[in-house]
Amino acid sequence: MTLDKVNRGELIEIIAIEDKDIRAQAIRLCIYEGAKLKCSEKLPSGPIVLQNRMQEVAISRKLAEHITISRVS
Amino acid sequence: MKEDFKNMQQNAKHLVLVGNPNVGKSVFFNALTGKYVDVSNFPGTTVDISTGRFDEYIVEDTPGIYGVSSFNDEEKVARDVIINADLVLNVIDGVHMHRDIFLTQQLIDMGKKVIVAVNLIDEVTKNGIKVNIKKLSEQLGVDAVATSALKGIGMEEIKEKIKDARLGIKTDGVQELLDRYVGSEVSEAEALLLLEEDEVLSERKGMPLGGMREEIYKSRRLRVDTIIDGVISDSYNGTSTSTKLGRLLLKPITGIPILLAVLAGMFWFIGVFIAQTVVGFTEVTVMEGIYKPFIEAILGFIPKESFFRSLIIGDFGVFTMIPIYILGLLLPLTVGFYLLMSLLEDSGFLPRIAVLSDKSLSRVGLNGRAIIPLILGFGCVTMATMTTRLLGSRRERVIATFLLGLTIPCSAQFGVIIGLLTPLGLKYIIAYTLILIIIFGVSGTLLNKFLPGESTQLFIDLPPIRMPQLRNVMKKTLTKTKGFLLEATPIFAIGAVLITVLQYTGALTMIEHAIAPITQLWLKLPEEASIVFIMGIIRRDFGAAGLSRMILSNGQMLVALITITLFVPCVASVIMIFKERSKLEATAIWLGSFVIAFLIGGILARFIV
Repeated sequence: MTLDKVNRGELIEIIAIEDKDIRAQAIRLCIYEGAKLKCSEKLPSGPIVLQNRMQEVAISRKLAEHITISRVS
Repeated sequence: MKEDFKNMQQNAKHLVLVGNPNVGKSVFFNALTGKYVDVSNFPGTTVDISTGRFDEYIVEDTPGIYGVSSFNDEEKVARDVIINADLVLNVIDGVHMHRDIFLTQQLIDMGKKVIVAVNLIDEVTKNGIKVNIKKLSEQLGVDAVATSALKGIGMEEIKEKIKDARLGIKTDGVQELLDRYVGSEVSEAEALLLLEEDEVLSERKGMPLGGMREEIYKSRRLRVDTIIDGVISDSYNGTSTSTKLGRLLLKPITGIPILLAVLAGMFWFIGVFIAQTVVGFTEVTVMEGIYKPFIEAILGFIPKESFFRSLIIGDFGVFTMIPIYILGLLLPLTVGFYLLMSLLEDSGFLPRIAVLSDKSLSRVGLNGRAIIPLILGFGCVTMATMTTRLLGSRRERVIATFLLGLTIPCSAQFGVIIGLLTPLGLKYIIAYTLILIIIFGVSGTLLNKFLPGESTQLFIDLPPIRMPQLRNVMKKTLTKTKGFLLEATPIFAIGAVLITVLQYTGALTMIEHAIAPITQLWLKLPEEASIVFIMGIIRRDFGAAGLSRMILSNGQMLVALITITLFVPCVASVIMIFKERSKLEATAIWLGSFVIAFLIGGILARFIV
């Protein structure tokens, strides 16, 4: 599934990030293939906020459609 | 004196401060350099570099970055300063080590001598995190010191250890890759950036991209995570007050009311306190009351009725209108706006506003970051147009510039408009606001649909909510104000000269006559309203103020106000648009706002006049 389908509070693992430049910027912010993160906020048809410890990153909805993830239970 | 300083600069070692945004880097800079600091703006950017002295070092502060490359202006500027660094003081946020050490490791991989300040150590402790500084230092191969710049912890130790900055342990495999460049003319730092596919550097050096970014980044991330997992132990529960407040600001149900309240407060501060009270003193009392008679007396010997006189001390004179406008009106407004923006930025509120507004702005082809120039536009459209530089693509810069020029009334104009609108009653205030919002939405949506290319997407780090540091806020405000006024003053001066020439040659009257029929027949306004429109080109508030002297029906007033808001940004902002955009884009933006203003005004007149 893709990141835009995530629900608030869910734990996810990043499977793939489509855009090359976003991939490079994301890895610096601890978002990379294999990273396990929490969706701490999801704005109605707006950005998705991913949290890793005290680090939070906001990702636009359109970008989230191009990030493949899987749910971690 | 200046020569001496230059010579010294050539021989002295460069100590460069590097760190992620909001890690407290500038407090270090201040602690090291004291108050003799030189701030310079990088041409074509909104990025500033502060330079000062510490012992035998030239200290340079770089903008906050997450990594060294060319993803934005901050990175490009920082990259060039870092390449020339002899020593790097890397300030990291102890609470965000996984993120920040990635940059540290990149600096080490660049072959730079590094010393690390693990800052905000008090917050680290408060959040129940323990950091083994000694082990961190061993693993990185460079000295690390626990600090809290604000509380003065570890500052003396850092100062003593700066000279011990040394080469650290590189990411596995990087040295082998770098060795390929031995014998070429690039430094190790440049070689790493070439390997990491930095296009700007590749073009500058005429050398191919190394094509290894992905591999190096992955190994670096692996190394960093392994190091950090071994040096920190936390019992973090994620419910600190600042985290909770951050969440409240993000949730639309609480965030939007808070945002509206903050914006209302801002507009009260700018629109009432600055634009009326402060400007009333600076523009009316000081500049018009004291300065103007003074300069007119001094330059009174210039023959009356001469072109030269109008140019120098006429209505739009370079020594009359320009200083009065810049110092009396723009200076207080700019200080006010940048002060508020710096507070929003340093408190961590601004990125959350960007997140909240991302959905709406994405409909008009922008992303949440564009909220910054749009808010600034309510201060001064010229200033905001300059700030569109921070947007991610040319497409977004065109859209933002157009929407600013068309729909955003600057504070000078806003004050007059409110004054004229209020007596008409609530119905008209709502109508005015709604019409502008609709035009903003429709024109933005159309531009988004028809402009070629792709807009960039929002992808931002959300810093913790923190109390802004007054000194930092003041420094930012003053630097930005100075930068803007230095850049804008010549533009306003050119505008004034242009208008004086048009007036003196009679061209202004000709334009007035030319648009008179449109004003009368199409907009259904009295003939003299065309003068008002022309005055609006000179200063938007002049135009709006002209309306107060005319007898208009309520409907006519609304038509006139809408038209004049949409009509033209002032002459300075038009020049700024031409400076920032290509000739074709600028002309289209300029003429587009003319056409739309009269079109909408006329259509409105059909219904309500």
